[in-house]
Amino acid sequence: MTAPKTLYDKIWDAHVVDTSEDGTSLLYIDRHLVHEVTSPQAFEGLRMTGRAVRSPERTIAVPDHNVPTTEGRENGIDNEESRIQVDALDKNARDFGINYYPVSDIRQGIVHIVGPEQGWTLPGMTVVCGDSHTATHGAFGALAHGIGTSEVEHVLATQTLIQKKSRNMKVEITGKLRPGVTAKDITLAVIGATGTAGGTGHVIEYCGEAIRDLSMEGRMTVCNMAIEGGARAGLIAPDEKTFDYVKGRPHAPKGAAWEAALAWWKTLFTDEGAHFDKVITLRAEDIEPVVTWGTSPEDVLGISKTVPAPEDFEGGKVEAARRSLDYMGLTPGMKLTDITIDAVFIGSCTNGRIEDLRAAAEILKGKKLAPGVRGMVVPGSGLVRAQAEEEGLDQIFKDAGLEWRLAGCSMCLGMNPDQLTPGERCAATSNRNFEGRMGRGGRTHLMSPVMAAAAGVAGHLVDVRDVM
Amino acid sequence: MDKFTTLTGIAAPMPLVNIDTDMIIPKQFLKTIKRTGLGVNLFDEMRYDSEGNEIPDFVLNQPAYRKAEIIVAGDNFGCGSSREHAPWALLDFGIRCVISTSFADIFYNNCFKNGILPVALPKEAVDVLMDDARKGENARMTVDLAAQTVTTSDGQSFGFDIDPFKKHCLLNGLDDIGLTLEKVAAIDSFEAAQAQSRPWV
Repeated sequence: MTAPKTLYDKIWDAHVVDTSEDGTSLLYIDRHLVHEVTSPQAFEGLRMTGRAVRSPERTIAVPDHNVPTTEGRENGIDNEESRIQVDALDKNARDFGINYYPVSDIRQGIVHIVGPEQGWTLPGMTVVCGDSHTATHGAFGALAHGIGTSEVEHVLATQTLIQKKSRNMKVEITGKLRPGVTAKDITLAVIGATGTAGGTGHVIEYCGEAIRDLSMEGRMTVCNMAIEGGARAGLIAPDEKTFDYVKGRPHAPKGAAWEAALAWWKTLFTDEGAHFDKVITLRAEDIEPVVTWGTSPEDVLGISKTVPAPEDFEGGKVEAARRSLDYMGLTPGMKLTDITIDAVFIGSCTNGRIEDLRAAAEILKGKKLAPGVRGMVVPGSGLVRAQAEEEGLDQIFKDAGLEWRLAGCSMCLGMNPDQLTPGERCAATSNRNFEGRMGRGGRTHLMSPVMAAAAGVAGHLVDVRDVM
Repeated sequence: MDKFTTLTGIAAPMPLVNIDTDMIIPKQFLKTIKRTGLGVNLFDEMRYDSEGNEIPDFVLNQPAYRKAEIIVAGDNFGCGSSREHAPWALLDFGIRCVISTSFADIFYNNCFKNGILPVALPKEAVDVLMDDARKGENARMTVDLAAQTVTTSDGQSFGFDIDPFKKHCLLNGLDDIGLTLEKVAAIDSFEAAQAQSRPWV
């Protein structure tokens, strides 16, 4: 009898091409997602060495980081550097014959939303992309992680990656979430509990009743931020919800191939008694809606709490907290709900899916942003946008005073014109609150779509459960 | 890629924890389609004010550290995005080695692809090296990859662990892709087997 395996062990074993004596392995890559920012140097490398893309049919490209989210962008991008990067992706996709969704295509969007939406991401696959939020695809029980540009070139040329196996970590969320508490609160609460280096060297498997209860959209939100916890990847075992989501998507298997795939996918779970190197357990009932107060995603607190003081921490974190509080313009001891905001951002690969927009719209219906607060809703893909419009969500956002934009990464990293101004404070559904992330001097508080929407209406951070 | 064998140079102390990739190279500089030229914007928002003037307090703006080749940093250096622009910017500035208690995974891997050696050491050792770095340009630290040691200006030495394959590639400046393409037959046979066992992939 073979030793019990974790889900990660099973996917890993199914993709090893070769292992050296020291344990360095060559791992086969089933899907390679590509965007315009981290790929031009990789394609240039191929040209300089005369190498081809080994499997163009497994390679999918979409521009997302740089693209404006305003109308008319298919006619060209004003910013010259952004235009050069997007044009380079156009040319590389054409020259190397890879799958491509240009901005003029309704299927364009954030690469981590497009992959699952089009059925490129399937259970049990290995998926990589030159972007740390590739962890998102782990929601399907796919081993998915971010890579650097040199590794992008390596995968383009060889369809493999040189890897050492990571350790196994289990994050179990037991019980049921309380009303108003979402997948975003789970993933932030986990980072708050483990720190941004808590998962370093590990692949996390999220499990437990609260995870099983989540929709696929919610599971993607949880896995998306595995990287903020330092983990190489996050995984959730596929189940009927996964299969239902995948079935019928353009690149999902059909007919007999579907049946064969399904039979294998149903073996993708962690065996009873399999070994985890690290285990974290949280009770769903203990998780309240959370927000970040500082400039690291580990700076997480329940909305009922107060801003901490540097002295509340130890070691190097004391100085980091002092710097964060100064940057964020906050005073220790103030209630989180007293923090006033200037902007709301709803979107990103963390929370730019249809369910996120529905949840935010539910809070905003018939209401208006507080005076002086600006808001922006950026759907994760053209198809999410179309679906939202069909449901009338766009009208709810516009009536509430928010801008309704085209798909892209937008303000989450501010590579396009969507940025915060110095000192501007934003309730954001994105994934990073780093200094300058959303614009130089901009102040980011991370939270769920319902919390961001509620903050927009109140004009300050607020417990969404008080306005539901 | 340049080899890394031994390096004796000035080390800049950056004790801040969680120095992220947005700090190392802010997003506005990711629009390049080249790997070079990013050194001037390394740590841009910490290094320059909004008018583009140098902030004198920032370590790499201080006369003693303008030619630093090593950074001694707080915990979890390089967390955040996968942008290889972070090691490209460090390299373009002249940094060939970063020492910390821990590194974010993707950043760590990216360093090795660019001839930069990331050294992870226990906190006690990093504390000693941080103090040595604070001595400025009179204190030159030595990093020896073959021997896997870091030695302070006054001769105190610390051994570090490193993956043997990564060490071999860095010592010899080897191109990963070239090495992998030597195994193309194994990749071919994996693909043939997967076409049978998982034809839908």
